[in-house]
Amino acid sequence: MKYEAVIGLEVHVQLRTKSKMFTRVAAGYGEPESTLVDPVVLALPGALPVMNKEALDKIIKAGLILGCEIAAVCKWDRKNYFYPDSPKNYQISQYDQPLCIGGAVEIELPGAARNVMGEHKQIPLTRIHLEEDVGKLNHGASDSLVDYNRAGTPLMEIVTDPALASADEAYALLTSLRIALVQGGISDCDMEKGQMRCDANISIRPVGETKLGTKVELKNLNSISFVRDGIAHEIRRQLAVKENGGTIVQETRDFDGQTGTSQSLRSKEMAHDYRYFPDPDLMPVNVDDAWKASIRATVPEHHFDRQRRFMADYQLPYTITSVLVPDRALADTFEATAKLGAAPQAAANWIANDLLRELARSDVGRGLSPTDGLATCKIQPAHIAGLVKLVESGVISNSIAKEVFVTMFQSGELPDVIVEKQGLKQSTDTGELAKWVTDAIAANPRAVAEFKTGNEKALNAIKGAVMKASAGKANPKLVDEITRKLIG
Amino acid sequence: MSANSDLNIDYLANLARLALTGMEREKFARQLGDILHYVEKLKQVDVTGVEPMAHASPVFNVWQEDTARPGLSVEDALRNAPAQRQHMIVVPKVVE
Amino acid sequence: MADDLIYLPAARLAELLGSGKLSSSELVQSCLARTKAVDGRVKAFNSYDETGALALAQASDQRRAAGQARGPLDGIPVGFKDVIAVAGQPLTCSSKMLANYISPYDATVTVKLKAAGAIPFGRLNMDEFAMGSSTENSAFGPTANPWDLSRVPGGSSGGSAAAVAAGEMPVSLGSDTGGSIRQPAALCGVVGLKPTYGLVSRYGLAAYASSLDQIGTMARTVEDAALVLGVIAGHDPRDSTSFKADVPDYRAELGRRKGPWRLGVPKEFFGAGLDPEVGAAVRAAIEHYRQAGCEIREVSLPLAAEYAIAVYYLIATAEASSNLARYDGVRYGHRSTKAKDVVDLYFQSRAEGFGDEVKRRIILGTHVLSSGYYDAYYLRAQKVRTLIRNEFTAVLRECDALLSPTSPTAAFKIGEKSSDPLAMYLTDIYTISVNLAGLPGISVPCGFTGGGLPIGLQLIGRPFDEAGLLAIARHYEQAHAWHTQHPSLS
Repeated sequence: MKYEAVIGLEVHVQLRTKSKMFTRVAAGYGEPESTLVDPVVLALPGALPVMNKEALDKIIKAGLILGCEIAAVCKWDRKNYFYPDSPKNYQISQYDQPLCIGGAVEIELPGAARNVMGEHKQIPLTRIHLEEDVGKLNHGASDSLVDYNRAGTPLMEIVTDPALASADEAYALLTSLRIALVQGGISDCDMEKGQMRCDANISIRPVGETKLGTKVELKNLNSISFVRDGIAHEIRRQLAVKENGGTIVQETRDFDGQTGTSQSLRSKEMAHDYRYFPDPDLMPVNVDDAWKASIRATVPEHHFDRQRRFMADYQLPYTITSVLVPDRALADTFEATAKLGAAPQAAANWIANDLLRELARSDVGRGLSPTDGLATCKIQPAHIAGLVKLVESGVISNSIAKEVFVTMFQSGELPDVIVEKQGLKQSTDTGELAKWVTDAIAANPRAVAEFKTGNEKALNAIKGAVMKASAGKANPKLVDEITRKLIG
Repeated sequence: MSANSDLNIDYLANLARLALTGMEREKFARQLGDILHYVEKLKQVDVTGVEPMAHASPVFNVWQEDTARPGLSVEDALRNAPAQRQHMIVVPKVVE
Repeated sequence: MADDLIYLPAARLAELLGSGKLSSSELVQSCLARTKAVDGRVKAFNSYDETGALALAQASDQRRAAGQARGPLDGIPVGFKDVIAVAGQPLTCSSKMLANYISPYDATVTVKLKAAGAIPFGRLNMDEFAMGSSTENSAFGPTANPWDLSRVPGGSSGGSAAAVAAGEMPVSLGSDTGGSIRQPAALCGVVGLKPTYGLVSRYGLAAYASSLDQIGTMARTVEDAALVLGVIAGHDPRDSTSFKADVPDYRAELGRRKGPWRLGVPKEFFGAGLDPEVGAAVRAAIEHYRQAGCEIREVSLPLAAEYAIAVYYLIATAEASSNLARYDGVRYGHRSTKAKDVVDLYFQSRAEGFGDEVKRRIILGTHVLSSGYYDAYYLRAQKVRTLIRNEFTAVLRECDALLSPTSPTAAFKIGEKSSDPLAMYLTDIYTISVNLAGLPGISVPCGFTGGGLPIGLQLIGRPFDEAGLLAIARHYEQAHAWHTQHPSLS
C-alpha cells in the first residue's frame, strides 16, 4: 500500500519586546539567572498581570503579514497544569478566542536547479494566539535547577492546518515564516536562543484516504534542519511500523538532532484536563479598525512579493533575488541604489557579492545578519550607486572598482572622492596609452607574431601587459584599438 | 447539571495535586456532595440569552506601554526559596 | 494616657497628633501595651513588628516636628490582614503553606498608606487564604470575639475586626470576597467597609477569588473608614481590574451629603433564618431613616436571595483552585521533605501546607472547571451572576442604598459550625450577592442581642458611590451610641 504523510506544525515564537507579556520587568536572553524576575514573573502572592501593548501590536502585525483575520474581541484564559517551569502553575493563554484566525504561510519548495525558482504553495494556518513563555529547567545528575528569566516572555503560538505533505514543506514553511516575522520586526526568530521553537504533529495514511491517521507529536526540534530531519525520520519510522504490520501509537516523541533518533516521552502522556477559564485578572482586548489600520501601515511588502517584483521590474535573475530578498535591509539597500539610477543588475551584484563579503569580514558585521551589519556599516546606497556609475561611464575599470569598494567600505568616503584622491581614473590619454602599447609590443614579440598569424587571443598578452603597466587605469577599449592599429 | 456521584475525588485530587488520606477522601466527598446538591438549584434559573459575567465592570484594553523597569534583586527573588543553588530554584530531578 | 487612647477613633487621634498633645510614639506604645495585655486572649494578631512600628512612629514624630506631616493618617498604626503584602513583613495568609514567607514587596495599598505616614503595625489573623466566615480556619488557631471569648469574631477578616473591637488597633485593613469584612465587623461591633470592586487596587493582596476580592477597612467610626478609604482608593496601573474612578475626599463629603435618601429594603433579606433579635435591631435602624424623612421602599431581589450562595461557591472556588496552584513548594512556601520526586513534591507539600477548608474549595473549584462540567457549573454560574447584578442595578436605579442585616445571626460559638461547611457558607447569605454584583457595602453597629453580642446593619450602595454610602451610614451612626460601647474583655 502506498502512504502519504500529513503534517501540522505548532510554532512558538517569542515576540521582540522590551518587557514581558504581563509585567514590565525586562525580557531578554543570556542574562544572569534570576535577574529578569519580579513578583509577577515569580507568581508571588498578590502579584497581578497587566498586558504589554507592544506584544499585542506585534501579534496583530504578524496576523496581518500572514493574512489572518484579526478578531474584534479576544480574551485571556488560564490553562491550568502543574510543572516546575510554570510559576503560577497556570499559563495565561487564549483558548477559544485567539487574536488571529486563519491566514496562510506562502512557501517555496526546492527548484529543479539552484538557479530556478521552485514551486510556491500557500499552507493554511488555523490560528495564532498570544501567551507567556515558561522558565527554563536545567537537569543535573540528581536534581533540576529552574531559572525563571524566560518566564513571562511574550510568546506567540502559530498553528498550521494539517496541510504539509513532507519534511521539505515543513522546512520551507519555517524558512519563509522566519523571514516574514524577522522582516516584520516581530521576532528575531533565533532558534538557538529558543526564540522560535517548533513541534510537529505527524501522521501517515493510505493515499486516497481522507481521514487522518493516528498522530505522533514530535518535540524539541530546535533548528530548522532538525525539523526537516526529525519529520523525515518520523515518517520513515511510521512507514516501517506499517510495513511490519504494526499500529501507530498516539504519543509524544523527542527527536535528537545529533543522533537522528527519537524516543517516546511517556511522562507527557498523562491525560490533560487544562480547566481553561477566562482569566479574571485581565480585561478583554477590543481591536478596532483604526488600530488595525495603524498597524497595517507598518506591514512590509511580503518577501516573496518583493522577489517577484525584483525579477519583473529590475530583470534580476532568480539566484540573486534569493540572496537579496530574505534580508530586508539588503533588499532595501538594493532598491534604494536602483532608485538612485544605478543599473539594477550591477547594483545587485555589488550588494550580493562585495557588500556581503565585506560585512562578513568586517568587525562591524561579523557574525551578524546583514540587517544588523548594515545598521552599523558605512556603506549607503549612494556609495554603491556612485560606484556603478563610475564603472558604467568608463571612469574606472571593474577591477579598480573592486578596490574602491573595499576602501569606501572601510572609510565611508564616496567612490568619486576615493577615485579622485588616489588618481584611479582610467586613462583615455591616447599619447600615454600609445606609449604603454608600444612598450608592450616591444616586450612581447612572440605574441605579436602569433596575432599576425591570425591568433586573436594572442592580443590578450599585450593588453594584459598594458593594464599591468597602467596599474589598471588604461581604458581597455582604447587599448584594444591602439594595439590593433600599431601592430597592423 | 450533574449528579453528586459524578464527583470523582481521586481524579480531582490528582488534577489539583493534593495528596489525600482515605479519611479525607471520604469526608470531602460527602461534604462536597452536599454542596453540589445545594448548587443544583441553579438549574432552575432560565439563563437563555444571558451573557456570562467574567468581570464586575466591562472595561477593555487595559495595558501598559512596553517599557522595562527593574525587577527584584536576586536576593529578594530567592529569599523565600526552599532550596536554591547558583541563583536558581532546586527541585527534585524532573524527568521529561 | 495610654488607656484613654485605646478606643479613640483615628480621626480624633489625628487631631491629638496634629495639635501636639500626642506623639505617634506614644500612640504606638499604647497600641503595643494594649495588644500585649489582651491579645493573648483575643489572638487577633499573627505577628507584629514592635521595633519597626516604633521606628516608623519616631520618623513620623520627626516629620511632624519639622512641619512635614503627610496628612491625618501620619503616625497612626494600621493593622493588616495577613493577606496583604508589606515588604519585609510576614505574609502567611494564616496558612502553614506560607508560615515562613516574607513578602519582598509592598501591596499598592501599603505603598499608599506608607506614603500617607501610616504605620503597618502587624499581621492580623484570618481564615486560611480568606476562606471562611469564622477565623477558625487559621493554621495558627482561631481568633476570639472580644465581646465573648468563647465565640467567633466572624471571618475571614476576624483578626482585623477583633483588633479594632478590642482596642488594639484604631483601624485595620481586611479583604472581602463574600462578606469577609462586613460580617466580622458586624459580629465584633465595628464599622466594616467593602468598596466597589475596582476602587481599591488588589495588587499585593494574595488572591482568593480574583473577580470578587476587594480590600477594605475596619474602623470604629464611619468617618475613620472614610479617612482610610480616601488613602487606599484609586486607580492602579498594576491591577488591570482597577477602575479609573474619581476619588473624592470621602471625609469631606460626609458633611456635604445630608439626605433625605430613598432607601430600599430587600424583603427577601428578612426571611427564614434571620435571628429575631437581629431582625428587630435592623428594623429599628430602618425606622431611624424613616423618622429622618427618608423614603423607605420595599424592594425585591429574588435571584440574589435564592442563588447568590450557589453562584458564589462555584465562581469563587473555581478561581481559587487556579489562584492557589502557585502554592506548590517550589519557589517559596512550605516544601515537604517526604516527596519521592517532583510530582510528589506538589502532592505532599500541598497536602501538608493547606488546611481542610482550602483543600475542599480547591477540589470543588477543580471539579467546577473540569472537562465536561464547565458549562453546567462555571458558565451557568457566571450567567446567573449577570442576572443578579442586573437585579441590583434595577433596584439601585430607584434607591440610593439598600438596608439589610449584615449577618443572619450574632457571633456563634467557636466550633459550632466548623464541621458543617454548608451551614457556615449560609452565614454569608446577605453579603455574598454584593460581591457578585461588585457593589460597595458597609456594616455599621446597630445594637446588641440580649446576650450582649453586637449586631450589624448592612448598607449597600451604587457602584463607586462610596461617598453617598458612607454619608448614609454616618447619618445613623451619629444618632446612636452603639459604636461608643466596648467589650469589657475581663
